Amino acid sequence: MAEAKDHPDIELLTPYARSLGIKLSEWEDDAPVMTVEFVEAVEGRPEHFHGGATGGLLETAGYAALRTELARIGRDAVLKPINITVQYLAAGKSQASFAKGRITKLGRRSANLTVEAWQDDRSRPIATAVMNVLMAEPEG
Amino acid sequence: MNDSVNQPKFDPVTATPFLTSRGHPGWLGMRYADHGEDWVELELPWREDLLGEEGQQVLASGPILSLMDMASGIAIWKAMDRFEPIATLDLRVDYVRPARAGAAVFGRSQCYRITRSAAFVRGLAHDGDADDPVAHIQGVFMKISANVKREVPRG
Repeated sequence: MAEAKDHPDIELLTPYARSLGIKLSEWEDDAPVMTVEFVEAVEGRPEHFHGGATGGLLETAGYAALRTELARIGRDAVLKPINITVQYLAAGKSQASFAKGRITKLGRRSANLTVEAWQDDRSRPIATAVMNVLMAEPEG
Repeated sequence: MNDSVNQPKFDPVTATPFLTSRGHPGWLGMRYADHGEDWVELELPWREDLLGEEGQQVLASGPILSLMDMASGIAIWKAMDRFEPIATLDLRVDYVRPARAGAAVFGRSQCYRITRSAAFVRGLAHDGDADDPVAHIQGVFMKISANVKREVPRG
């Protein structure tokens, strides 16, 4: 990618996220914006995103933001989910969705993140999430 | 699909294969496992490509959220004893331990309260023993029938 020299060369996607078709859309203020096209794998009721797929995109954007920051400060950690609370604000329609995470607090053992997802109108988010992630010592 | 005398009851056994045949639930391969009066349990078979971290045989958390969202929806239809459009409003998942490598995960959700506009659920995910869950959930769904027109596309 053209911007690779400006941004950490890290894997932003889990195998699950890659399977679902989530991709990096762009970098914005040093945080990755993740996106997923509207394909059958994300569809719930006809022509709408499934709440689970929207949640998966939010979670993926949260992890991507955290991995980016950990790479930037040269910290190695195994990330494990503690919890996530998703607020669904509007139906996800049959078009691409985007999500970006922001680190609210980076502690020694856990991080707190807020994530927002939107479609064509950024000022009208379709979902937000708060998540806590455990940062474990890498084993061996 | 509905017989005249007996009003159509919502039966998770026959409805789940239809609801999980395509789309996101179909992609994940969810299937019916068990149900009661106000609860439903779905199974998410193990899949190698749904891992949460490269090189670690641990299921990602996303599929568990999807599983619980779907089990909750079907539990609500079971509790209402009919199918009507609903949308997730709020869903919280606490991941209390990783699921075992290679294990199917079961999502059990109970609809403990329905009001005119909302349905409340709680549940757990486990990988074989419901007394040793991998996750706990709590959520609220909204009915999206009749009076709500904002999301309906023209036509």
